[in-house]
Amino acid sequence: MYGIGLIKGLGVTLKHFVETYVEDIRWLSRGGRYYDEEALKVRQSTAARGIFTVQYPEEKLPVPEEFRYIPFLIYEVDEDGIKVDRCTSCGICAKVCPPQCIWIVRSNDPETGRPVPAPTDFFIDIDICMNCGLCAEYCPFDAIKMDHDYELASHDRFKDHIFDKERLDHPLSYYAEIRPRNYAEEERARAEKEAAKAARRKSK
Amino acid sequence: MAETESTKVLDEIKTKFGDAVSPDEREGYDGYLVRAENLLDFATFVRDALGYDYLSSVTGVDYIVEDKMEVVYHAYRTSGGPALLFKVQTQREKSVVPSLVSIYPGADFQEREAWDLLGIEFEGHPDLRRILLWDGFHGHPLRKDWREAYFEEDQKPFGNRWPEGKVYRIEDKVPFNKNVKYPANFTPEGWVPEGEGTLYASLGRMEKSNGNGTGSEHIVVNLGPQHPSTHGVFRMVAELDGETIVDLKPVMGYLHRNHEKIGERNTYIMNMPFTDRLDYICSMGNNFAYALSVEKLMDVQPPERAEYLRVIMAELTRVVNHFWAIGFLLNDLGAFFTPALYAINERELILDVFEAVSGSRMMCNYFRFGGLARDLPPGTAEVIRDLAFERLPEKIDELERYLTENEIVRVRGEGVGVLTAEQAIGFAAAGPVLRASGVPYDVRKAEPYSIYDRFDFDVAVRYNGDVYDRYLIRVDEIRQSIRILQQAIQDLPEGEIQTGRPQYQVRVPAGESYGRVENPKGELGFYVISDGSPTPYRYHIRAPSFINVTGMAEMSRGQKIADVVAILGSIDIVLGETDR
Amino acid sequence: MPLGVSIIFSGSGAWQQTGGRPLFAEVGMAEDVNQETPIPEEENGSEFEIPEELRGQVTITTLDKLYNWGRRNSVWPMMFGLACCAIEMICVAASRYDFSRFGMEVMRPSPRQSDLMIVSGTVTKKMIPQIVRLYNQMPEPKYVLAMGACASGGGPFKEGYNVVSGVDKFVPVDVYVPGCPPTPQALLHGLITLQEKIDKQSIQSVRWYSKQASEPIPIPILGPDLIDPRDLPDFAERQAAVEEKAAAEAKT
Repeated sequence: MYGIGLIKGLGVTLKHFVETYVEDIRWLSRGGRYYDEEALKVRQSTAARGIFTVQYPEEKLPVPEEFRYIPFLIYEVDEDGIKVDRCTSCGICAKVCPPQCIWIVRSNDPETGRPVPAPTDFFIDIDICMNCGLCAEYCPFDAIKMDHDYELASHDRFKDHIFDKERLDHPLSYYAEIRPRNYAEEERARAEKEAAKAARRKSK
Repeated sequence: MAETESTKVLDEIKTKFGDAVSPDEREGYDGYLVRAENLLDFATFVRDALGYDYLSSVTGVDYIVEDKMEVVYHAYRTSGGPALLFKVQTQREKSVVPSLVSIYPGADFQEREAWDLLGIEFEGHPDLRRILLWDGFHGHPLRKDWREAYFEEDQKPFGNRWPEGKVYRIEDKVPFNKNVKYPANFTPEGWVPEGEGTLYASLGRMEKSNGNGTGSEHIVVNLGPQHPSTHGVFRMVAELDGETIVDLKPVMGYLHRNHEKIGERNTYIMNMPFTDRLDYICSMGNNFAYALSVEKLMDVQPPERAEYLRVIMAELTRVVNHFWAIGFLLNDLGAFFTPALYAINERELILDVFEAVSGSRMMCNYFRFGGLARDLPPGTAEVIRDLAFERLPEKIDELERYLTENEIVRVRGEGVGVLTAEQAIGFAAAGPVLRASGVPYDVRKAEPYSIYDRFDFDVAVRYNGDVYDRYLIRVDEIRQSIRILQQAIQDLPEGEIQTGRPQYQVRVPAGESYGRVENPKGELGFYVISDGSPTPYRYHIRAPSFINVTGMAEMSRGQKIADVVAILGSIDIVLGETDR
Repeated sequence: MPLGVSIIFSGSGAWQQTGGRPLFAEVGMAEDVNQETPIPEEENGSEFEIPEELRGQVTITTLDKLYNWGRRNSVWPMMFGLACCAIEMICVAASRYDFSRFGMEVMRPSPRQSDLMIVSGTVTKKMIPQIVRLYNQMPEPKYVLAMGACASGGGPFKEGYNVVSGVDKFVPVDVYVPGCPPTPQALLHGLITLQEKIDKQSIQSVRWYSKQASEPIPIPILGPDLIDPRDLPDFAERQAAVEEKAAAEAKT
């Protein structure tokens, strides 16, 4: 009969509509389905039924660990409380950057004339950056990593969209916080390397 | 077998053409060099006697040192098997090559592209105009001696990335189009923009009257570039008799982002994230094809686990793309947004997987030469398993219940935009468009790459070649993809995901290679020429969205103007790939 | 937004009676529009003289609030996708991120009915004449959001021969959203930033009630390369300078 297909289709729409309320009622005893981290996780998983909306900005969809946006630089704080950049201004990130959005200012030691193994300044033009993550991937010192912060909209790109070193610098603890698994992995590799080095020195 | 086959072919060619055709004996190159005057005969012979009926790709290459222009043709048999490459060389200045449009109609747009970007003239081409740039543009950008307005250096990395304390934007340094060669005595006031006139003249509208006595005139209607149904910035110029299409010309290039020019300046690894932005719905598939073509040159093999993950990602991409395509086909049919919403729901769940493994929802940049960027994070394999075994099969059933029997979909789809099998092969249509016309040609089966020969799946095929069949074939393909996914995730082995150490500067031996995959939209191929330097010498993309549009005019003729929108939706183009 | 309009007229009448000064006197807006700085910041107090006794006057601020409340919750974007970012824009319109929660779901295919142009993707030289034309066709008040790196500053394709380094070279932009592409939540953040901007505007100073109508932006010309008509007066001069420089470079 003509029209059966249409009715079937409408049935699917109806099902989607009803499912939301059925799920809402099922979740009532657990304190509702909205504005709750646990509930959001279920609502956005493969078990999602009914309404699928994330109520941004009240609730935010958590980003996975690997999520990448704009790069940032890592500094460590040594015993005297002085910030020490991990970056040695080797320039691999600037070389591998596909759209060439990284600028590094190097300097020489005024006394010896040798290059200082730290950047004087470091610029990333986020209006060119393509968030590809190659800089973080190929940095031999784990000094540049991809940030999770995506709320960067602004009214003035000339003022706000060239990140300098001050804007890019983040403490190591920040990195450990946003990428715990990667951080643990890298620290392990680093410790192993140190141990191997020490062992080699001993055997000599 | 392949050996004897190729020697047999070589013998046949030798006896027929003698000196006019010779094997290409440059280091790392393959195929035959054909003299320009014999090209038409040779192509006819290749198509009719040897059975290479599918001209997949036409590429122009500028060999500036040898002072030669070369056109490379990749022909295939629709019954499967490897390519037959043939090339024709000509001088660099005023290069002229016979056009193959009369033998392979699918060469139409590709030859126009070669003319536009390299300045190779194709003698006998019915409508040789610029295709990606506008008429009046200065020069041909892919020629090696051409430089763009904001030219910095020939190769990356650019030397100016180490500034003296101040960062500047390149347009501040090169304030006015430095490399633009304006004609002598050029004044902007006196400039008359051309182009539209030749475009309208190219429409086949000679008859002013439709012959039914009403004396009505044909009118020309522009759809796009800003039109809600053109899937981006695509433009179609339709000539109408009443509401019926008499002729139609696709106009593109509104998103021409100079991918190939940028690619020739990038190092090999830098191109990987750029390929994401070709067909931005299926970035994993693009990565796959590019990785394959460079791996062929480098002669590396990814480890087992990486191969499986590649297949999983490629098939998830296919599901994503087809869900999206179906959703937006329905949009074009007038079911505004509800079907698309349901489709996007499932897409979002798959994008979550992509985001978890690669870090980005759309621009995955996940493949590396000889492996992958990183392994699956914990928990992701379970999500994929969930999707493959429960969620997606259920949702595709629901989608079918929702749409397949829908009377409006059937009426709008059946018998609309028909492309016969012969036409589809001729136009070098690929992917769902080709298979909906009854040609069971799928690169995964015809010339299996990666580990596709290990999986049990069928090539989906439909026979009517209309809009409705192109919808159905996408549903079929999602089902087949789910089958592959289920097998792949079951068999996923443990192990490494990268052969050798990851390197930011890979060594690529000189030579040419063509890596192709069955992307959701059709055969996606990367033709890469290396001269041994860190950047590719030539980097050409055989883009399915671009070539599938070749048949658009043929599909639309005689249809109503409202159907054009549906036909375009059923071809499923993505402008990033059409225009590159 | 008819509601807003009617309130304005009653409001501005009251203002004129009390203040006794001409409403938007000789600000020279129209001349400025197409010169060096495309559009002056309308919140910038120095553009318009507001009498001391009227600053923060209760009626005006309440009216502003009402007016902006109406506008911020009915920003209709144009259905206008350029490239990759358009896909994320569609995702924002779809059910997961759903910008109808902000009153933005009515995407208009016609510029005549839209308030917001989301420039979602790479702006090419071939497309920029159309974009400028669309912008000119939008009625005031109109806003432009540059979505993603390409629209903001050229992005990864900046070096390309057919790419414009940022749509703000031609069209004034209100909000820039970085990212390539910005995730849907980043775009939503950009849209909220735009709403904040709308909140700060005052009917006393907004440009669309000034006496001079704002003039359309001249359409770029597709010559041998893209030509901005605003460059025309000194085209010959600049061209000569460029040629001189090229000749000097060729010598060295």
